[in-house]
Amino acid sequence: MKNLKYIYLILTTVVLASCVNDLDVVPIDPDSSNANTVFSTEEGTKGALAKLYASFAYNGQGRGEQEIQGIREDFSNFLRQYFTLQEATTEEAIVSWDDQTIKNFHWHTWSPNDPFNEAVYSRLFFSVALTNEFIRNVGNSVASESDKNLFAAEARFLRAFAYWVLVDMYGNVPIMDENASLSDLPVQNSRAEVFAFVESELKELETLLAEPKSNERGRIDKVSAWMLLSKLYLNAEVYIGSDKYSEAITYTEKVIGSGYSLDPVYENIFKADNHNSPEIIFAIGANGIFTQSHGTTFIVHASSGGGLDVASVRGVGGTGWGGYRAVKELPEKFGIQESDFSMANPLPDFADGRALFYFSANDSWNWSIDNVGTFTEGVGVYKFSNLNSDGSQAEYYNPDFVSIDFPMFRLADAYLMYAEAHLRGGGGSRATALGYINDLRARAYGDASGNISDGDMNIDFMLEERSREMYWEAQRRTDLIRFGKFSSADYLWEWKGNTKEGAGFADYRTLFPIPQSQLTANPTLVQNNGYVN
Amino acid sequence: MKHKLFIKSILLFSFLLAIVAGVYGQGNVVSGTISDAVDGSGIPGVNVLEKGTTNGVVSNVSGNFSITVEEGAILILSFVGYVTQEITVGAQTKLDVQMETDVEQLQEVVVIGYGQAKKSDLTGSVVSVSAEDFNKGALTSPQELLMGKVAGVQISAPTGQPGGASTIRIRGGSSLQANNDPLIVIDGVPITNKGIDGFANPLTTINPNDIETFTVLKDASATAIYGARASNGVIIITTKTGQAGQELKVSYNGKISVGVPIKYVPVYTGDEFREVVANQTADPSVATPLLGTENTDWQKLVLDNAVSSDHNISVSGSMGESLPYRATVGYTDQNGMLKRSHMKRTTFGLALNPSLLDDHLKVNVNLKGMLTDNNFSKEGALGEALRFDPTQPVYDENSPFGGFYTWTSPDGTPNFIGTTNPVARIEQSENTSDVFRSIGNLELDYRFHFLPDMKAVLNVGYDRFDSDGTDNTDPLAAFGARSPQINVKTFTYSGGNELLDFYLNYSKALLSIESRIDVTAGYSWQHFHNEKINRNRPWEQTDGVYVGADTTVDKTENYLVSFFGRINYSLKDRYLLTATLRNDGSSRFAEGNQWGLFPSVGFAWKINEEPFLKSSNTINELKLRAGWGVTGQQDIGFNSDYPAIASYNGSTSNAQYLFGNQLYTLWKPEAYDPNIKWEETTTVNVGLDVSLLNDRINASIDYYHRTTNDLLNEVPIPVGTNFASRLITNVGSLENKGIEISLGGYAISQTDLSLYVAANFAKNRNEITKLTAFPDPNYIGYEVGEIDGGSNNRIQINSVGYPANTFFMFQQVYDQDGNPIEGLYVDKTGNGGAVDGNDLNRNYLETPTPDFSMGVSSSLTYKQFDFSFSGRLNVGNYVFNNINANNALYSQLYNQSGYLANIASTVENSQFFNAQYKTDYYLENGSFFRMDNISAGYNIDRLFSDKINARLSFTVQNAFLITKYSGIDPEINDATNPGIDKNIYPRPRTFVLGFNINF
Repeated sequence: MKNLKYIYLILTTVVLASCVNDLDVVPIDPDSSNANTVFSTEEGTKGALAKLYASFAYNGQGRGEQEIQGIREDFSNFLRQYFTLQEATTEEAIVSWDDQTIKNFHWHTWSPNDPFNEAVYSRLFFSVALTNEFIRNVGNSVASESDKNLFAAEARFLRAFAYWVLVDMYGNVPIMDENASLSDLPVQNSRAEVFAFVESELKELETLLAEPKSNERGRIDKVSAWMLLSKLYLNAEVYIGSDKYSEAITYTEKVIGSGYSLDPVYENIFKADNHNSPEIIFAIGANGIFTQSHGTTFIVHASSGGGLDVASVRGVGGTGWGGYRAVKELPEKFGIQESDFSMANPLPDFADGRALFYFSANDSWNWSIDNVGTFTEGVGVYKFSNLNSDGSQAEYYNPDFVSIDFPMFRLADAYLMYAEAHLRGGGGSRATALGYINDLRARAYGDASGNISDGDMNIDFMLEERSREMYWEAQRRTDLIRFGKFSSADYLWEWKGNTKEGAGFADYRTLFPIPQSQLTANPTLVQNNGYVN
Repeated sequence: MKHKLFIKSILLFSFLLAIVAGVYGQGNVVSGTISDAVDGSGIPGVNVLEKGTTNGVVSNVSGNFSITVEEGAILILSFVGYVTQEITVGAQTKLDVQMETDVEQLQEVVVIGYGQAKKSDLTGSVVSVSAEDFNKGALTSPQELLMGKVAGVQISAPTGQPGGASTIRIRGGSSLQANNDPLIVIDGVPITNKGIDGFANPLTTINPNDIETFTVLKDASATAIYGARASNGVIIITTKTGQAGQELKVSYNGKISVGVPIKYVPVYTGDEFREVVANQTADPSVATPLLGTENTDWQKLVLDNAVSSDHNISVSGSMGESLPYRATVGYTDQNGMLKRSHMKRTTFGLALNPSLLDDHLKVNVNLKGMLTDNNFSKEGALGEALRFDPTQPVYDENSPFGGFYTWTSPDGTPNFIGTTNPVARIEQSENTSDVFRSIGNLELDYRFHFLPDMKAVLNVGYDRFDSDGTDNTDPLAAFGARSPQINVKTFTYSGGNELLDFYLNYSKALLSIESRIDVTAGYSWQHFHNEKINRNRPWEQTDGVYVGADTTVDKTENYLVSFFGRINYSLKDRYLLTATLRNDGSSRFAEGNQWGLFPSVGFAWKINEEPFLKSSNTINELKLRAGWGVTGQQDIGFNSDYPAIASYNGSTSNAQYLFGNQLYTLWKPEAYDPNIKWEETTTVNVGLDVSLLNDRINASIDYYHRTTNDLLNEVPIPVGTNFASRLITNVGSLENKGIEISLGGYAISQTDLSLYVAANFAKNRNEITKLTAFPDPNYIGYEVGEIDGGSNNRIQINSVGYPANTFFMFQQVYDQDGNPIEGLYVDKTGNGGAVDGNDLNRNYLETPTPDFSMGVSSSLTYKQFDFSFSGRLNVGNYVFNNINANNALYSQLYNQSGYLANIASTVENSQFFNAQYKTDYYLENGSFFRMDNISAGYNIDRLFSDKINARLSFTVQNAFLITKYSGIDPEINDATNPGIDKNIYPRPRTFVLGFNINF
């Protein structure tokens, strides 16, 4: 039986040798790859670039997997939570749902443990990490040098955009560029330092990005950098305590002169075919079939309900999720009252065509909100619609997912910023400012009947006009803070500060807290003033 | 086993003799002494019974007895721990009998990892359960046999689903987010025990009828030989085999059962509902017009009695003296109470155990196969049955949705957020799977001719599964109109593992130093892999394409390579030492972290072998055990086979991005942890085994303390560099300590009457001791325990200083009459404002795990009758009544989109209008006693001929439940969200008629 022994011995040797090597595996999943392979093709390189844009549009990679943890996958969408934090904290929106702490935003009672706040912060830094990874690798790509430079510039813009949102919402956050290492603990920077970083990046990018309107659909050009600089400067007093209104004038002028033009029809900026709109400078893409994002999909579905004929008004299936609506102070900015609506006419046409409100669609609506949890208390908003401009069904129709691109930057905003910067002493021309405002109002009214006179144009008017033009476009919290009205007791709306009539609240809430989980993971971070556990 | 057969033959022979002889004689007194064959000491308490009569006596303290019998009578002498004897009385008056100890029983051999050991020589905490102690009834999966039988092994009763799964936990869980399931080894093959799509419970592969023994390895000195997979204990299953030289035996086992729903969630009837809607909705003028005129009991429409049957045939024997075989076929047709749900399972088994080369080469071949047709029906219908408006009919002849009544929008399209008609949900869905699985191995056990103390064992095995499933929605179904692209769904899930073990064993008695040494050394290689393909499409093509059609493929694998060794050393057969060492390599980790070393040491002192106890008749075993060992955990889930590798993944077709006119697949870098490694659990165990009165009473007690370090836990990471906000990484520590007591014994032990009683007790305390990389007193931990209602609401927390899954809720405020005040909670922080807006106002409350648990069982045998029961007691397990929290709310009666929904009538207790998910009002003490089974049987020793025996039995499973819990059932079978009662698939009470025949 010696033979058997030898067989064992041989077997042993063979297996021993092979088994140890077996431990060095590489992923075998067909969807799995690595940086070398991805950047070895032009399509892969652009797919990696597309991910940088899509991080603001999409929740993940389409498998329902969590990209941002600690929150449900479809809640981890940037636009969805950015919208909630920018809108539900103001008079423009209030939420009826019971999802975790979602109601706290309108009540101004959020805490450092808040999961939605954590999701926004995490998503922004996820974008920072993605853009840095891209910048590190794009040099190895097979794409042409000019393409690679352009890709890298766009990545840097998207990083600067993420940091602008961070400056706006969180202030004091770590700056991490492409040299940041996986093993280092991030070091916190001051709000002023982050401001300076965004400013210097954008100024460099001014020359590196594509010429106005020369880039392909879905990608940004240098007008986006100008637009972002305008926003940075207009809010500089809030961010760094110093006046940069003249810089704001400079850059809004550049934007306005860049070749983008106002969409002739206001509503069309928010429709399924709005990629054709000449007004949109930077859009977050969506497509009912191929880019099933929970961003604009959420905005449309969450604001439908209460008997609204969803299919004909919003262009999607179902009866709505019945969650987000406005408090009465928003329609009242248009001079609209409860009596303007009836069950027979829940969607009246208003003189100001920007007033896209519905109410009393099934006769159970209340103008004033007693129960925050009841969707039919408050006023419905149907600004975004998944129908095409001509009322036809969206090209890539899906009852669940919309094809509306979200206009992150659009020309009208530059018009209003110019006017405001002028009124705040940034220079420019008063007549030009008035002209811009009336351009927008003429579009809204269809004629000059809504135009204002020079005497009407003042800073208080701007606060209201910005809401009339830009409501539900995730601007309102930033605007209210700039006007000093976010937390103050002299500017109220229903359920502000967690009382029905509205109340002021502590000023430290003009910044959101750095998520508690980040303080846990990195004890060197210091919480924003005022937030205690 | 040979021994038993021999005894049986003798018994049979004597019995025949008695019948044939039929001798009559004068009654005469026979007396004598019964003594131990080895040491000659008298044995007290021996039953001496005249066969076929009730005439009997018991031996006295000295072992003496005296009985009056007629000549030719047969005396049966029996005592626990000794071989039963039958003696035919002749004319003598003096009868001295020596009884042999039952070697089979005392020298019981148990399987341990890579070998076997005598039970008396074990140094670790090992419990073996064999067929006669198994639970009875219509059991479809192996773990049900073991439920409640072993201290510290918590096996939850399966759900009502056919072939439903149940959770197994040995001594609590040693991990938080990694797998807490024990390693299961079937005939030497560690199997894939994780969720296999299309498979309610992967363990149903093994037909319970084919199982010979379960061996549960609980402490690290027993499990550490399995190294990186042993932290949650090991269950070794061996299946039945034929015996050398055995005659052909055929056995049939059949069962017919009916499962009956016991309890429904209390909801309003149609008439009550009409009243409630009129009185309790905010605006009845909008709600009441939606009411219908029916009185439909939706729950009764979807749940019904379920009749099932089960048939098993086994053939065993031996071809010649050296080729024992056993072949078995089983067929189970199990229906679930949920309409349309069923499982049709066919199992095959073949065991060949030839012995070659003068018994030097033992070959063991085991092949098991299973084919299952599952119809899962749609469990979602249960929740819908609870909520669907009881005033509406099931059918509506005007409905374009297959004739089912449906909530619609004003334009006639389905109201997608309205409740789906539960009958439509079931009837218009096809949710089925076909699963094939096979497990097999070939073991060559060669004892060297030139060195008989040495043997080499080679074991090659495989586990293979292929599952094909369909989840189709009828094209007419209202609930399928929303996402037509997923109305035709199919999946294929295939995979398994291959195994190669090789080890050498050397065993030698060293008489000169009164020692015995047994050394084992070997290695093991195992490759796990699986592939999952999911396809979806709409029924119809649009412009020649299936819009939204998608196919996703997931493929993954991992390898484990290990070297292991064990030394057993025994001195004077009193002092036993076991040391093991395993070096495990896992492909899941990066170089530098791939290898882990897992040592253990166990020591046992057989005090009964000491001279001062050796002659004791009272104490026949007294063994003190102490062990220490380190085990690991590397199983972090299906998608985590490459946690240490930087990789990119491409998006699916519905997650592309448009540049210009071209869609791009998104390439995303994956989060990874280059430093990830094993979880390490260190266990200390001290135990004492006692056997009294010739094994008539057995007891053991164990105390253990387990510490898990480098806990694999998903923790927040500093965002901005990695590609996630939380990452599974080695951080944190966890402790489990506990005590386990087992007791078993014969209260009565006579030939015609015996009563066996067994009980076990286990108490485990779990505490998280570290959770973050840096100590942070402000870190409250992370929420777990997702509930139904709202989105992503969690009511438990993993927090330092508390057990895992501690309930974390607001303290409800009550009014003077003791009624809860909606939305009012105790302001713990005193900060005022919205109390429920601040998590720091939540309280750390109880946990879903019991303070202690007990299993009790008993069996009574009287002549041909037997009777047994088995039950479990859990005390102090808390349950969140999610059914009430999410359904006992007036706000749900009417939805703004235009539909009505039924609610739980327990709303009358809380009177809550809006959802209050996180109030402790819904937290209840879920202590319970469940009588898992009560069974009665009758054995027919002789049917038509002596060669045929049979058995009839009647069993009630889930016979009764004693609890103060207000919901349906406080035993929650959900490993992910323990203690959260959202399951409305009630466990049936099952009546089982069994028939067994052997020839």
